[in-house]
Amino acid sequence: MSDMDEMDDGSGIVKKFMFLNRKAPHGTVYALEGLEVVLITAAFDQDVSMVFTDDGVYQLLKGIDTKGIEVKDFSKTYRALEGYDIEKLYVDQKSMDARGLTEEDLIVDVTVLSVDEMANLMAEQDVVISF
Amino acid sequence: MQFGILINEGPYTHQASDSAFLFARTAIEKGHTVPRVFFYHDGVNNSNRLATPPQDDRNISARWSKLAAEHGVDLVVCVAAAQRRGITDDVLAPGFRISGLGQLVEMGIQYDRLVTFGD
Repeated sequence: MSDMDEMDDGSGIVKKFMFLNRKAPHGTVYALEGLEVVLITAAFDQDVSMVFTDDGVYQLLKGIDTKGIEVKDFSKTYRALEGYDIEKLYVDQKSMDARGLTEEDLIVDVTVLSVDEMANLMAEQDVVISF
Repeated sequence: MQFGILINEGPYTHQASDSAFLFARTAIEKGHTVPRVFFYHDGVNNSNRLATPPQDDRNISARWSKLAAEHGVDLVVCVAAAQRRGITDDVLAPGFRISGLGQLVEMGIQYDRLVTFGD
């Protein structure tokens, strides 16, 4: 990841940014390029939340091995998020259940939310960016 | 109202960039402002002036250029996404410029709304 120095738009405004990750980590580039935006947003000292829903929950799966498909494995970046003060990680209960996953299967600590709780959290945000 | 627009898909294959353009043009017609559009993922390909669609089809990069010239819309192409896809200053249509993701974050901070067009 590049450009990770502290940044400032000069306004001093802090908004709530939610990044909604809906897609599997591989197969498309959205997860990888989405993560870059998350890190830059944190560098702007904004209030960042990440949500993993639908196939996006697979982004946090333990034991990802990309050797066979010859693409970069960026799953370790999720573990490094804490270092960028990105600590609000949420997963959708229904998406986890539908895929037979539990928190034990994930590489980072997350908060599991019901659909209603997720809706409330989204309603609190200033900006929601979906990848 | 000030609208920032994020485009995540390329031209012609996906409708997202068409919808984004129509949204931007209509918002301006209705008296709103669209100070900046940010192109990310395959969306960076919307900036390529070398695209030459058939004459009876819309020219996506050219109509963005026209909108930018007439209404001062800042068309920003993400540098990292552009480099992956071979989009350089040499192929940019008028009105587009290459810059960093910070320009996207700024839209979220400064404008009233950030609207995403993607799949």
